[in-house]
Amino acid sequence: MAEKAETKKTTPRQAMPEQKPEIRRRNFQEVPVGYTMEHAMTEASRCLQCKKPGCVEGCPVGVDIPGFINLITKGDMTGAIRNLWAKNSLPAVCGRVCPQEIQCEGLCIVGKKGDAVAIGNLERFVADYERMHGSGELPPREKPTGKKIAVVGSGPSGLTVAGDLVRKGHDVKVLEAFHKPGGVLVYGIPEFRLPKEIVFSEVAFLERLGAKLECNQVVGRTVSLDELFEEGYDAVYLGVGAGLPKFMNIPGENLVGILSANEYLTRANLMKAYLYPEVDTPIPIGKNVVVLGAGNVAMDSARTAMRLGADSVRIVYRRSRDEMPARKAEIHHADEEGIEFFLLTAPTRFVGDDKGRLTGMECLKMELGEPDASGRRRPIPVKGSEFMMDCDLVIVAVGAGANPLLTQTTPDLALNKWGYINADPETGKTTKKGVWAGGDIVTGSATVILAMGAGRKAADSIHNYLTWGW
Amino acid sequence: MFKIVQRKEMAGGTIVLNEIEAPLIAKKAKPGQFVILKANEAGERIPLTMADSNPEKGTITIIYMVVGKSTAIFKALKVGEGYQDVIGPLGKPTHLEKLGTVVCVGGGTGIAVLNPITKGLKEIGNNVISIIGARSKDILILEDEMQVASHKLHVCTDDGSYGHHGFVTEVLKQVLEKEDVKLVVAIGPVPMMKFVSKITKDFNVPTMVSLNPIMVDGTGMCGGCRVSVGGETKFACVDGPEFDGHKVDFDELMRRLQAYSEDEKKCYNDYCTLQQA
Ligand SMILES: Cc1cc2nc3c(=O)[nH]c(=O)nc-3n(C[C@H](O)[C@H](O)[C@H](O)COP(=O)(O)OP(=O)(O)OC[C@H]3O[C@@H](n4cnc5c(N)ncnc54)[C@H](O)[C@@H]3O)c2cc1C
Ligand SMILES: Cc1cc2nc3c(=O)[nH]c(=O)nc-3n(C[C@H](O)[C@H](O)[C@H](O)COP(=O)(O)OP(=O)(O)OC[C@H]3O[C@@H](n4cnc5c(N)ncnc54)[C@H](O)[C@@H]3O)c2cc1C
Ligand code: SF4
Ligand code: FES
Repeated sequence: MAEKAETKKTTPRQAMPEQKPEIRRRNFQEVPVGYTMEHAMTEASRCLQCKKPGCVEGCPVGVDIPGFINLITKGDMTGAIRNLWAKNSLPAVCGRVCPQEIQCEGLCIVGKKGDAVAIGNLERFVADYERMHGSGELPPREKPTGKKIAVVGSGPSGLTVAGDLVRKGHDVKVLEAFHKPGGVLVYGIPEFRLPKEIVFSEVAFLERLGAKLECNQVVGRTVSLDELFEEGYDAVYLGVGAGLPKFMNIPGENLVGILSANEYLTRANLMKAYLYPEVDTPIPIGKNVVVLGAGNVAMDSARTAMRLGADSVRIVYRRSRDEMPARKAEIHHADEEGIEFFLLTAPTRFVGDDKGRLTGMECLKMELGEPDASGRRRPIPVKGSEFMMDCDLVIVAVGAGANPLLTQTTPDLALNKWGYINADPETGKTTKKGVWAGGDIVTGSATVILAMGAGRKAADSIHNYLTWGW
Repeated sequence: MFKIVQRKEMAGGTIVLNEIEAPLIAKKAKPGQFVILKANEAGERIPLTMADSNPEKGTITIIYMVVGKSTAIFKALKVGEGYQDVIGPLGKPTHLEKLGTVVCVGGGTGIAVLNPITKGLKEIGNNVISIIGARSKDILILEDEMQVASHKLHVCTDDGSYGHHGFVTEVLKQVLEKEDVKLVVAIGPVPMMKFVSKITKDFNVPTMVSLNPIMVDGTGMCGGCRVSVGGETKFACVDGPEFDGHKVDFDELMRRLQAYSEDEKKCYNDYCTLQQA
């Protein structure tokens, strides 16, 4: 026994095979190519099967991590995927995009002395294995209840609600504003990090289960919330995300060549503009690209610009490396792909030529002062440190807000001061009878797994309501 | 698919009308609102204002000028075929109010957008004077429809081939000098709207224009459609598309419309070459 624990400790964390940086920086194929069965078995054997697993506490939806890993060691992939699905309806997505280092893997005991068990990589392996080799057998669906539910928005939170409720026998229809489902998973996160085929196969699975999906439905415009109730829906879930782009509000921001990350990534991902002119939507190609911000959105924008052929891509961020909110793996990947980081730097204005096209950006150096409300040290401008940076494309990735399109047309829905919907954190109930909300439209920009967790809680609450009342 | 039930070519084939089956949108559409259309899987999302809608029949009508690849692809669609995606109604509807005498000024395909607004203004009891213009007689559209929608109609052509020889702004000036005009609505090419707004400012007459910046989603999610109005940034797709003409930065709009012009020109030429081959 002691010997076994010893080998566990000495087995190194299995590195994820990846495309080489010099090659991948100019293509849109997925960067990590995935574990082989052998990698997965070896990595799974590193798990100590703790009695009181820290990792489970670190997972916002409480996946039974030692459980599914144990099933991998036994070679029972069907058991492993069932185990994952019990808590997480989109494991192929989460394995790729969750910030594991601050969640499950951050609390893994093995990680205290060495490298944590690669939980995310294993989750991805099991889900990919199921997609490629699984029976595709549908989970059981309870007998029809005759209740109708409308889910507004097809991002991770809406898809989770739809999946849970359709299994409980309800009649579910998902309404999506864009012409394709998936929310940020499709329009925001690039192909090289999350292949769209994975998201579409999840959606197809939901449709096979019996959920209906209608795209091109802008709720608040094409149909109002009250009209949905008039049409006979018994409950409505709002998972419309936080899709309002924020800008810097500094001089020159409307010059040609300055785009929100939302616009840039939507062109690249949803409209597939990286294939232009094979597809009809163009995207600006920058020689010297600057990305403002340092979250996942900024990394995705920078790496997209590099893949579209930029000579240089610079991330400009007003705080230091430690405060960068992006997943660690993405910062590392960006670094490897030759993206430069200008930290403790903030833009003050943009300058352009006589045609109104961007030619440069004036910046100011910053230093870190006392911690602010977020607990991070506040950046303070250094007097007289202005300097110019040449650039022909700037992508603004400094956050997103609540899109007021739907909430404006639904006055009886209470909002907080930032325009997000007030919903009970335990149930997702809003102030309007029969209406639930969750995901980014409640919390502000957060993560895929939190949006899914909120969806699951709301689905339970909706099911209770349809069975017992409000 | 959103099926085309009627198709008409106007202005020598440079402008095309499509009546499209879109019952949900037709039920909701109001004058001044637009839709976004995408022809096929590889297509671009193109915003076009609804020139008409028929809730009983469940159809909407669009009228567009063929200016690039996407509109050329639209033009190739026949009756019975259709658009893969149509999204709407988008944008704020025109605020229609009884004011007295109002002037509606339209140029090019802007006349198509102006027509339902003109109709609406007349229906609620305004005295409507309309001025429409085109480069020459053979590319002037909707003259009869505008005649019906207005109490008085002036027609101008740049080359003098029909009606007043000259720009709509010249006729507008004469009207403003004679009549007590409460509102001017101007829809057309950006330079036209810019000059109309300049003149009405001198006469201190409130002016509404409809802006056509480049758009992607049309729901306020990308900010590509941003325009400066009174020094503030607005998203035309949700805050507009109609704005106070006296406050719009038209020069900025013109520059932003050129953002992709080189790519687009090449793409269109390649497409035309391919079609001919
Ligand atoms: C570029 C980018 C990278 C990211 N990377 C990561 C990452 O690596 N890891 C991570 O955990 N999180 C990441 N996030 C955050 C994560 O994607 C979001 O927190 C999550 O997608 C929120 O899910 P949601 O279901 O609430 O909303 P969304 O995914 O935003 O989906 C909302 C959907 O609702 C639709 N909609 C909006 N309004 C209407 C309406 N009126 N009618 C009908 N439909 C409507 C939208 O079109 C959209 O499809 C990233 C976000 C972005 C933008
Ligand atoms: C709210 C709104 C309503 C409109 N209504 C009408 C209408 O009723 N009839 C009509 O003929 N035109 C209308 N337009 C303009 C129309 O959308 C453009 O002419 C069309 O997108 C051109 O596409 P293209 O590929 O054929 O041409 P392209 O080769 O792409 O471009 C030609 C020119 O069209 C403009 N343009 C390109 N892409 C877009 C875009 N996505 N959005 C807006 N402009 C663009 C640019 O100035 C460009 O230089 C409207 C635009 C907006 C924003
Ligand atoms: S869902 Fe996310 S946090 Fe939970 S185990 Fe999987 S990767 Fe870790
Ligand atoms: S078109 Fe995207 S915000 Fe207006």
